[in-house]
Amino acid sequence: MSGNLTTVAYIAATILFILSLGGLSNPESSRRGNLYGMIGMTIAVLATILGPRVSAGGIAWIAAALVVGGALGLYLARTVQMTQMPELVAFMHSLVGLVAVVVGYASDIDPTAGAGMSPAEIGIHHVEVYLGVLIGAVTLSGSVIAFGKLSGRISGKPLLLPARHWLNLALLLLVIGLGHAFLGAPSIDRGMTPLIAMTVLALLFGVHMVMAIGGADMPVVVSMLNSYSGWAAAATGFMLSNDLLIVTGALVGSSGAILSYIMCRAMNRHFISVIAGGFGGGGAAPAKAAGSAQPAGEVVAVSAQETADLLKDAASVIIVPGYGMAVAQAQHTVYEITKYLREKGKNVRFAIHPVAGRMPGHMNVLLAEAKVPYDIVLEMDEINADFPGTAVAMVIGANDIVNPSAQDDPTSPIAGMPVLEVWKAQTTIVMKRSMASGYAGVDNPLFYKENNRMLFGDAKKMLDDVLTALKS
Amino acid sequence: MTQLIGIPKESFPGEKRVATVPDVVQKLAKLGFSVAVQAGAGEAASIGDDAYRAAGATIVPDAPTLWSRADIVFKVRAPSREEVNLLREGATLVSFIWPAQNPELLQALAARKATVLAMDSVPRISRAQKLDALSSMANIGGYRAVIEAAHEFGRFFTGQITAAGKVPPAKVFVIGAGVAGLAAIGAASGLGAIVRANDTRAEVGDQIKSLGAEFVPVDYVEEGSGTGGYAKVMSEGFQKAQREVFAKQARDVDIIITTALIPGKPAPKLITAEMVQSMKPGSVIVDMAAEQGGNCELTEPGKVAVKHGVIIIGYTDLPSRLPTQASNLYATNLFRLSEELCKAKDGRFDVNMDDEVIRGTTVVKEGVVTWPPPAPKLSAAPAGAAPPKPAAKAAAPEKKGHGHGGGEPMSAAATAAIFGVAAVLFALIGAYAPMAFLGHFTVFVLACFVGYMVVWNVTPSLHTPLMSVTNAISSIIIIGALVQIAPPAIAAVLPDGARPDEVIRWLAVVGIALTAVNMFGGFAVTRRMLSMFRK
Repeated sequence: MSGNLTTVAYIAATILFILSLGGLSNPESSRRGNLYGMIGMTIAVLATILGPRVSAGGIAWIAAALVVGGALGLYLARTVQMTQMPELVAFMHSLVGLVAVVVGYASDIDPTAGAGMSPAEIGIHHVEVYLGVLIGAVTLSGSVIAFGKLSGRISGKPLLLPARHWLNLALLLLVIGLGHAFLGAPSIDRGMTPLIAMTVLALLFGVHMVMAIGGADMPVVVSMLNSYSGWAAAATGFMLSNDLLIVTGALVGSSGAILSYIMCRAMNRHFISVIAGGFGGGGAAPAKAAGSAQPAGEVVAVSAQETADLLKDAASVIIVPGYGMAVAQAQHTVYEITKYLREKGKNVRFAIHPVAGRMPGHMNVLLAEAKVPYDIVLEMDEINADFPGTAVAMVIGANDIVNPSAQDDPTSPIAGMPVLEVWKAQTTIVMKRSMASGYAGVDNPLFYKENNRMLFGDAKKMLDDVLTALKS
Repeated sequence: MTQLIGIPKESFPGEKRVATVPDVVQKLAKLGFSVAVQAGAGEAASIGDDAYRAAGATIVPDAPTLWSRADIVFKVRAPSREEVNLLREGATLVSFIWPAQNPELLQALAARKATVLAMDSVPRISRAQKLDALSSMANIGGYRAVIEAAHEFGRFFTGQITAAGKVPPAKVFVIGAGVAGLAAIGAASGLGAIVRANDTRAEVGDQIKSLGAEFVPVDYVEEGSGTGGYAKVMSEGFQKAQREVFAKQARDVDIIITTALIPGKPAPKLITAEMVQSMKPGSVIVDMAAEQGGNCELTEPGKVAVKHGVIIIGYTDLPSRLPTQASNLYATNLFRLSEELCKAKDGRFDVNMDDEVIRGTTVVKEGVVTWPPPAPKLSAAPAGAAPPKPAAKAAAPEKKGHGHGGGEPMSAAATAAIFGVAAVLFALIGAYAPMAFLGHFTVFVLACFVGYMVVWNVTPSLHTPLMSVTNAISSIIIIGALVQIAPPAIAAVLPDGARPDEVIRWLAVVGIALTAVNMFGGFAVTRRMLSMFRK
């Protein structure tokens, strides 16, 4: 296959990738979108293998590596539980980062890469290698930490080192200094030392960055790492002068960036302040002081039986799932309850806050796994106006996303964050393990509202009890 | 020494309720109290003495014995003169009292050195809802009012098409959507009638609609909420507009149920004699405010009167007409009050005047009249909640300046700044970068824009599949490894062995294997996820 044919194939692959992302605009077309992605990837890989830059000697190696990696990937995809999706995604991001580092190193030590280039081009090539490895390493270590946090192997609490912003700045300056040394290095061997030093620093930076970010900001982190993995691919594309890599990397990078932006907006937070870590950065201390205005009123606890009775009497129900549902793996029971209530002619719908869970769209996937039809699963903006006409709003393991103080209390740390207005329903039932405050550390006045009932306990167990009570 | 709670038989003529039921007797025993019930106390509410005995109460043969032994007396109706005299000195009485209407009763009780808790004086705050006997009785009254109306009304409530002809549904108009009014709305729409309702408080409109009734507003702007969730006296202009609305409804509907009360005042006269006259013969009016003088001019309290062919029901004992239910709820209210009074569960009342609920309910404390209580600190009316709201609204626009506002366009300054920075960057790149790089750079920038446009269209519910598919697509980085594994021999131009083939090959193989995990895994898991999304 000639170079021209390869280029044309790359164009086809590019278009297919764009169509693949475009297909995700609704669930109907999304399956086809995924198919486009697969076809695009196949074309790209075949065109490269058969193209002029791979000689026949490499095909056996390629096939072997593909079979081993592919088998592992398919195995993971089959066995992963839907509640573990955030971990899987983080894990895969770390792979992209690792590959970017590996490819960067290989390109650096490959003298043929710079063959026939002008000195300026070689300089740029080195910058590209350096950047590719840098972004790749940050993605790699950041994703590994994110994976650890999401799977509970590392505490979800933000680790806040003293003077961490200065630390990051110092790291950045060091990286720039090392980059200078790397570019000025007369030979590959001499350039290796700064490159390795930078890789170590970048890895540390990735660790530090994600360690400083708390559990509920994870959706931002996961989508940000998604974005980084794209930029890493784009940087590799520049390094190898490969337009397909550049385009695809840019697509993925901007997709992740937009997702991060959407997540930040859903929390009314600055991207910078999320990345800078902690909650609200320096604003945390005064916020605590303001939080001393305890909500007045009494918490009314109910039993599973009473919850079932409330649901039986309600003509319309809106269920608001949160991370607690994912932790308790309660989505199937939620579906059973939904099915039962719908059979009884009740209008049951789901309200999803953009940052519910630990990954963008996490709740949607869990509900889809439990076979909840997606047309009753609604976004915050679609359903918020419907709470006043709803008999029962059931909150399962969510807290900050249904906190009325985001609207009522300008001093609250979460003031201005868009929230689901569950308290406007006639009755709200909040399922929670305890009265503990949510991630933001803010007391939730919802619990003290007159029309609110608390159902304490593990979401799965309590919902099982509710289901039994409903059916009896 | 634990205290004895005495439950006398109600002495008021026609009163069928009783102040406790066997279930509650058991609960009171758990608080440490012993309970004595006068023989036959629950008879009218279909609760036999044996049931009380089985629940652990002792049965006392007559009233004098019971009153003389009890440390605490639970009653429904306010005590009569004789009963006050029977009350032991220093004892505690819990019942309806209506202290505003019965000042001399209050004095008589104070003279007995009694402590008196009035169930009609429970403060209207959220914490006290569970002991709000007025609400639970009003709920029953509202239901019973519909039943009484249905009993007197000569037709079906629900519309039917039968072989014998078409039956139009009854039209019910409920005035006042408090607890009683809402209960009446619920019961009437449950029977199939067309229900309309009116209230001076505009905010109850949603509650009315939620019960399936139509809200009939009075077209006159005035806020009708008084303190404590009750209505207040309205202006003359409003009353005139209101009368017009009612007159129009009176001509149209079959049944009117009035529940309008203003605390401490005679009931407002809302239904005039002319309105009654304008109603269809056989129509029914249930005046739930009859005891306070009635909402209808022609009401005869305690009786059913027929005026101008309209049946006007003025019963003052509607809750008592559902004695078992009413006793149950009232007994539970009393039990909740006992819980508040006996936090130590030691079988003794502790009348803690620092507790807002107990303070409000207590009208006589050890012989000293403590009614009326100081104004409640906290009102359920929106007045209390209002001040923070403007503040929140004022704060919101400031936030928008950061470009977080969502759909709003960025400020001109921010846009200019971004364009400025972009222009400088592009100028720098244009000045220094070689041509080959610019080609790639063009592709890169355009791809960013395409990505931006495409991704905004992705529905939020598919954000997770989006991440996993973009993740799979980013395994395109495999190409980087593929082209390194075995490039065709450009090596000719280089000295032999300058390229560390082995090292690069292994790096590339590792890279390919890792991306393959990502590629196959990413697409497969996306496929798995997407196949789960179904209608």
